[in-house]
Amino acid sequence: MKWNEFFVTGQPLIYAADVSIVLTVIGIVFILTYFKKWKWLWNEWLTTVDHKKIGVMYIISAVLMLFRGGVDALLMRAQLTAPNMKFLDSQHYNEIFTTHGTIMILFMAMPFIIGLMNIVVPLQIGARDVAYPYLNALSFWLFFVGAMLFNIAFVIGGSPDAGWTAYFPLAGNEFSPGVGNNYYAVALQISGIGTLMTGINFLVTILKMRAPGMTLMRMPMFTWTILITCVLIIFAFPVLTVALALMTFDRLFDTQFFTMANGGMSMLWANLFWIWGHPEVYIVILPSFGIFSEIVSTFARKRLFGYKAMVYSIVGIAFLSFIVWVHHFFTMGAGAAVNSFFSITTMAIAIPTGVKIFNWLFTLRKGKIRFTTAMLWSLAFIPNFVIGGVTGVMLAMAAADYQYHNSYFLIAHFHYVLIAGTVFACFAGLHYWYPKMFGHLLNERLGKWTFWLFMIGFNICFFPMYFLGLMGMTRRMYTYSAGLGWTPLNVVATVGAVLMGIGFIVLCYNIYYSARYGERDMTGDPWDGRTLEWATSSPVAHYNFAVIPEVTDLDAYWRMKKAGKGFEIDEEKLKPIHMPSNSGRPFLISIAFFFAGFGLVFKWFTLAIIAALFIVLGLILRSFDDDDGYYISVDEIKRTERLTGKGA
Amino acid sequence: MKQKMWKWVSLLPLSLLLLLSGCSENMLVLQPKGPVAKTQYDLIVWSVGFMLFIIVVVFVLFAVVLIRYREKPERADYEPPEEEGNTLLEIIWTVIPIIIVTALAIPTVKATFALEKPVKKEVKPLTIQVTAANWKWIFSYPEQNIETVNYVNIPEDVPVKFQLTSVGPINSFWVPQLGGQKYAMDGMNTELILQADEPGSYMGRSANFSGKEFAHMEFEVLAQTKDDFAKWVKEVQQTAPKLSKKKYETILQPGIVGRMTFSNTHLAWIDHTKQNRHYMNSDDGINR
Amino acid sequence: MAEAAHHYDEKMPLEYRTEESRLNILGFWIFLGAEVALFATLFATYLVLFQRTGNGPTAEELFQVKGVMIETILLLTSSFTCGLAVFEMRRGRLTGLLTWLLVTLLLGAGFITFEVREFIDYVHEGATMQTSAFLSSFFVLVGTHGAHVSVGIVWMILIMIQLLQRGLTPRTARKVFIVSLYWHFLDVVWIFIFTLVYLTGMVI
Ligand code: HEM
Ligand SMILES: [Cu+2]
Repeated sequence: MKWNEFFVTGQPLIYAADVSIVLTVIGIVFILTYFKKWKWLWNEWLTTVDHKKIGVMYIISAVLMLFRGGVDALLMRAQLTAPNMKFLDSQHYNEIFTTHGTIMILFMAMPFIIGLMNIVVPLQIGARDVAYPYLNALSFWLFFVGAMLFNIAFVIGGSPDAGWTAYFPLAGNEFSPGVGNNYYAVALQISGIGTLMTGINFLVTILKMRAPGMTLMRMPMFTWTILITCVLIIFAFPVLTVALALMTFDRLFDTQFFTMANGGMSMLWANLFWIWGHPEVYIVILPSFGIFSEIVSTFARKRLFGYKAMVYSIVGIAFLSFIVWVHHFFTMGAGAAVNSFFSITTMAIAIPTGVKIFNWLFTLRKGKIRFTTAMLWSLAFIPNFVIGGVTGVMLAMAAADYQYHNSYFLIAHFHYVLIAGTVFACFAGLHYWYPKMFGHLLNERLGKWTFWLFMIGFNICFFPMYFLGLMGMTRRMYTYSAGLGWTPLNVVATVGAVLMGIGFIVLCYNIYYSARYGERDMTGDPWDGRTLEWATSSPVAHYNFAVIPEVTDLDAYWRMKKAGKGFEIDEEKLKPIHMPSNSGRPFLISIAFFFAGFGLVFKWFTLAIIAALFIVLGLILRSFDDDDGYYISVDEIKRTERLTGKGA
Repeated sequence: MKQKMWKWVSLLPLSLLLLLSGCSENMLVLQPKGPVAKTQYDLIVWSVGFMLFIIVVVFVLFAVVLIRYREKPERADYEPPEEEGNTLLEIIWTVIPIIIVTALAIPTVKATFALEKPVKKEVKPLTIQVTAANWKWIFSYPEQNIETVNYVNIPEDVPVKFQLTSVGPINSFWVPQLGGQKYAMDGMNTELILQADEPGSYMGRSANFSGKEFAHMEFEVLAQTKDDFAKWVKEVQQTAPKLSKKKYETILQPGIVGRMTFSNTHLAWIDHTKQNRHYMNSDDGINR
Repeated sequence: MAEAAHHYDEKMPLEYRTEESRLNILGFWIFLGAEVALFATLFATYLVLFQRTGNGPTAEELFQVKGVMIETILLLTSSFTCGLAVFEMRRGRLTGLLTWLLVTLLLGAGFITFEVREFIDYVHEGATMQTSAFLSSFFVLVGTHGAHVSVGIVWMILIMIQLLQRGLTPRTARKVFIVSLYWHFLDVVWIFIFTLVYLTGMVI
């Protein structure tokens, strides 16, 4: 391999990216060295097993990936603004929509949600950590190196260019000979392993570590959605693991799973992909439902309406999500009977979803609604998501889907559910739980600016796309000709995209601004919250709860406040708290995964094997490790509690 | 301040509607020119009715609730009641979606089955073998023994059975005004039945991403009167050049080619739908 | 369930004594759930592809009864001896435990030896992973199981070393118990491979 095949060359945009990457790295190294922060970085972050810090790292990574995916999106919109644009060539455009889709779903939406769940779930159930803190760190670092591996593709070796769905035979060696799709297969595999471990970890955490008295039916709604999401992860992600493994075999070792000769079957890929893919979209939307439930109930100052029905509907949605995958390829010609079956199962999902919408509306009814930023995001979710949902039902009608499939109508649908669902939820959750992470609030004024810019921009960008679809514009076209009449709506869409971009910049500025001037949260309960996370201080003490709370009903903390006491800590009852020790091994093992993955991508098997040996070594060391953690003394707990004002 | 914002927001859909009315003549899916597209159009219109109903109900409820129950100075000491739920209401909003879904499912299933067969039973359908290749469409008329590239002529009022296959990535054969799409896949044979009610030129394109020049995988469907069609066939048979194996190989090379016409078909020496077939022990029923 | 956790006491088997152990064992059961999904996907892939033999041999032409029977007997026996190991552990006998673990491990190694020989035979007959979709899915399905067994062997060796170093403690007991769960699970997967792949392949 020659150096000019190794590094991507010939594109001004890429050179600019090269320069900015190098400058950023130099900048970070310089700052860390200048302020003598290397040790701090290692001790506080790289080796941490604290679920709150891990959550923060997930969210930081997710915001970075939102930036990357957002730049991809703006480049695409720029190219499509007018017919016959020469801004991007077809190859470049194809790479960009592929990385955009993959990054947004797997490296933005998932980690954002997982970050919030890391921070919030143990707090909501009154636990001091997750079931497996060490494994949790490993999950994060695997996700992180997977994401990094995927992200370097565009400067080293070339990006994947067969779409985030990577349909075969297009994604096979014959039509995609470069290393791009190797990156796709390997990077997703590495981060997917991390996600699977997170699923197991949080399922056990929620099942086994709830505070005394918190029965399943007294769990906060967000925790419920995470519980169900974990089940989805545990059954869906192994399918992705297998699909990606088979893809890797096809691409690296010339097996015949999805090839065009010797019995290979490209339709098998589409099936495996969507057997994972459809549950995957629910893995990112169910927690969002949970976030909205928490926020709506808090800012309406009302108990969630129809809690039980909410629980049953997420269980129903989760079950149905495994038997609808064929709706992604009604047009494959499986026959009317098969299509009808999957049409009906898909439409059935609208029933529990509708129940949820009405329950939210009735939670608001008779409430006392406060329009905080978090609440604005949650409220905006309802009408926008309904638009996405009803168009989803239209897509579910097989005979009609033949007309919508793969057109901009589809693009509009899934952005209405993914942005108005998941992205709004991430932003809402970020504003809502921000004090728990950093001890100060995000600025509300800037927050509302972000909200209006982004929400309006979103509608301007994606609403026209429904009609572009009806005009016959198909997804993934890098350009179109002038006579088709698609130009006006494309211009509108680009304007909307720019507004969303500005909204994102305001959000970033808000993070900076609030860190410097933001209002400190002294009470730990800035929103008059209902669930146990608001019983802790902000930011949360290392051990979360000095004493484990007792739960008697849903909205445990609200109950305590209504009973007049709040959450009081009896210093007599304090006992030393057991905590797990930090470890650098998850980070180091993940670095080894990075090199193993890199070796596989370029078929440098020696590198891959050496790195794999390091991984094995790490696992063996872990097996012999008998570090039992350490205890925080009662004195230290007292000191901490008095400092945060929670102690007596 | 807040009120002003809301006004702005409500202006938005209005302005969009204005813009759209200017574009509506371009909405090919809503201008069906054949029975298949018409069936789908009817289904779409039927579903849009229900969807608008849902949207209106939710939006109105949403607006009412937000306006009535927002925090106001005059309600400062209002404390919301502790409600757990309301079984009757919850049953109502479970049952109504069930009814709506049923009302959508029945015509969907009917239409899905109906589209598998030609509408006109008395007319003998015309069969056209469609081959997608990087990045062009090849149309073979086995009965007429002619072949075209990137355009296809069909007679009006005659059901046309498009037999779809591919020699590379999956493409999707879509002519919005005549009917919905179907995939063309290597080693497979899928069938899409379309029919044009009136003569005219209809845009067709690939809807499934197939690589570098996918955006250019466009073709024209020209529907002609039966006489014109017969005349065209005859003319092609008499004047168009013969397609040689070598020429065919060059056409299959990745790239864009213009329109072409031949007075024989590649079916004489290769059948892409059966590429895999002789490798297989048994007929697998998938996709049939 | 959370409440139930508090009712365990010293009368529980050694491997369930600590809270950490109880969490780990439950987590491992859930992990096995994920493994079920993984193998189910591999089986589904195999069943979709097994008649798509391309220019290569069919299942009937390829599979040899004898080797497969030996593999099956070795693995089934090893599952039994693994059970005996846990039985000895419950009675607090370290030597018995170690002995049966060693037997299990040797049987597992025997299984792997025969499987590798079987694979080598196939490759010599020109039936490789690259030959046809059928063979790709065959090698990946059976190979994934084989890789799992190999991991199990290494894992068991590590645990035996720890048993020798530290004796029977709640922690080592839990590790033995978990590896035994893993081992039985692989046995069950093999039964499916034996029936769905080999038996079916030789008949149809
Ligand atoms: C009422 C509920 C929903 C229904 C009935 C529904 C239905 C559908 C259907 C039928 C398709 C395939 C259309 C086609 O390819 O022609 C589709 C695509 C899609 N949906 Fe939904 N959907 C629903 C909710 C959601 C949610 C909640 C999400 C994610 C948060 C989502 C994300 C997606 C994505 C990402 C795709 C397209 C993926 C691709 O092809 O790249 N949908 N939906
Ligand atoms: Cu789906």
